[in-house]
Amino acid sequence: MNRRVETTRLGWQTIALAALFLSALPNGNALAEGPELGRTATPEEIDRADITISPDGRGLPPGRGTAAEGKHIYLANCARCHGVGGKGGPADRLVGGIGSLASPRPIKTVGSYWPYATPLFDYIRRAMPYDRPTSLSSDEIYAVSAYLLHLNGIVSENFEINRITLPRVEMPNRDGFVTNPGWR
Amino acid sequence: MGRKRSSLHSIPLSKVAGGGLLDRRAFLGVGSATLGALASGGAGAASEPSLLGYEMPEWTKTPGRPMGPYGEPARHESAVQRAVQARYGAIAPGAGASTTPLQALEGTITPNGLHFERHHSGIPEIDPNRHSLMLHGLVKRPLIFSIDQLLRYSMTTRTCFIECSGNSAPNVLSEPPQIACGEIHGLVSCSEWSGVPLNLLLDEAGIDPSGRWLVAEGADAAAMSRSVPLELAASDGILALYQNGERIRPEQGYPLRLVLPGLEGNVNVKWLRRIKISDGPAHTRDETSKYTDLLPSGKAAQFTLRMGVKSVITRPSAGMAMQGPGLYEISGLAWSGAGRIARVDVSADGGKSWAPAALQDPVLSKSLTRFRIPFEWKTGRPVQLQSRATDEQGNTQLTRDEWAAQYAQGSYYHYNAIQSWKVEPDGKVLNTYDS
Repeated sequence: MNRRVETTRLGWQTIALAALFLSALPNGNALAEGPELGRTATPEEIDRADITISPDGRGLPPGRGTAAEGKHIYLANCARCHGVGGKGGPADRLVGGIGSLASPRPIKTVGSYWPYATPLFDYIRRAMPYDRPTSLSSDEIYAVSAYLLHLNGIVSENFEINRITLPRVEMPNRDGFVTNPGWR
Repeated sequence: MGRKRSSLHSIPLSKVAGGGLLDRRAFLGVGSATLGALASGGAGAASEPSLLGYEMPEWTKTPGRPMGPYGEPARHESAVQRAVQARYGAIAPGAGASTTPLQALEGTITPNGLHFERHHSGIPEIDPNRHSLMLHGLVKRPLIFSIDQLLRYSMTTRTCFIECSGNSAPNVLSEPPQIACGEIHGLVSCSEWSGVPLNLLLDEAGIDPSGRWLVAEGADAAAMSRSVPLELAASDGILALYQNGERIRPEQGYPLRLVLPGLEGNVNVKWLRRIKISDGPAHTRDETSKYTDLLPSGKAAQFTLRMGVKSVITRPSAGMAMQGPGLYEISGLAWSGAGRIARVDVSADGGKSWAPAALQDPVLSKSLTRFRIPFEWKTGRPVQLQSRATDEQGNTQLTRDEWAAQYAQGSYYHYNAIQSWKVEPDGKVLNTYDS
């Protein structure tokens, strides 16, 4: 805000001179104190590298899947560690426990604990299955996500999960998190 | 210099609190006083000094082995190891942790080979020539750096601890686990980190005014990703390339690690490949499903990023045994994610009375701080040792019961309660929840 006020005071001649001066500096950045060795990342490079997904769905790729389609993908890739039906095994239980968080024996699962559905796609895409991460296609990940949401009673068996519907899924524990006041 | 050295017997050993605690200055000026030794494992007496000069040992009679390109610890110290905790066994061998053997170490710097590990999908073998750092998102100019380019930048060096927020979780079990101090509390380590100040590259990229958070991502097979508010990360964050003088080891993030002093270990992203500036957190799995603190109400605290004030007596500690009556030194570590340790109080009578321990200089912000206090132990005297640290912000440790009352049953992240060690009448040291 202050900068804009100053700009109007300075007048166009000064601005034109400043622009000329700035563009003559390496990489056009006058503020940095470093040697500016990095090169500009291209939009294509960023698109390829950026796998971050926001809870509002930004970053989700095209693709689709339903629980009915995801069941066999889950059984083939996930059940060995997470158990048939997501009941848990050597690795985390993924299903059930909804409403248990305030009880003496809280059960934390995708259904009972996760505030958003988007981290399902994000986490499966980056890290699962443990022995073959990045091996599932976007369609397969959407389908497995749909299956886990369906096992938790959150979506129906034929509800299509895609980049539009996934962020709109209302997770039971959506309002269950408070930012720790002590984090500063 | 010039001060007359006094023998242990000629200085007054003033008692400062119950249970045998002595004034923290009692050891100052003590020359070759015989201190009681501690044995780990509780077996046998400490070895007596051998009669040097009467029998010439072989290592004095023949030349030793020649120089070598990279040193190793003494063969007789080979028992000093990290304790490996593989949670999922063969099904996911690289997902788990190993703990620093705090009970076997002194000073404040953790040797690189003993720094704790916490991996979500194993240790990647990264070719630095095929690794890069991308800095993008809400910036004026998205940038890519090779490791060689980062090595050319002006660097900064600072010492800080890194602590996994799951550290000390064994102490939430209903019965106190009788395992070594490091197996309970050893998901904390302290190193001198060197690298490029995070601010330097953020300035080069030019943060958009709407940029409030960074989302950091590793290149491991879990592509571990965490969100951190820029206001927490930017001031003293380091894009670390070196640990304790040498290039970071593979298990600590080679070739590049985000070091955020004082913040929970998980956000100190190893094998760093990408930083995205965003307007809000990504709410990744590791900041929603994991690393969050379930409260008794059923709500969960998220982004508990700054590690709390904490301390632990490392010697004597569980699994050790006192070696007869006499004078001992209690030695331990204290740290806080909020700054410097201001004081550490020690109790030998289960918290009824306390005395201040001596803090070893230099006391560095967000670093392990060594504290010590002398202690006289008598055979048959049951003792309960505790330490309670207070940082420069006035934060202090709670008892285990007080800590647990803040959280839901079974919640174990961010455990920083007071640790109690019970010294039994026969000298065995046990973990106890009594207070």
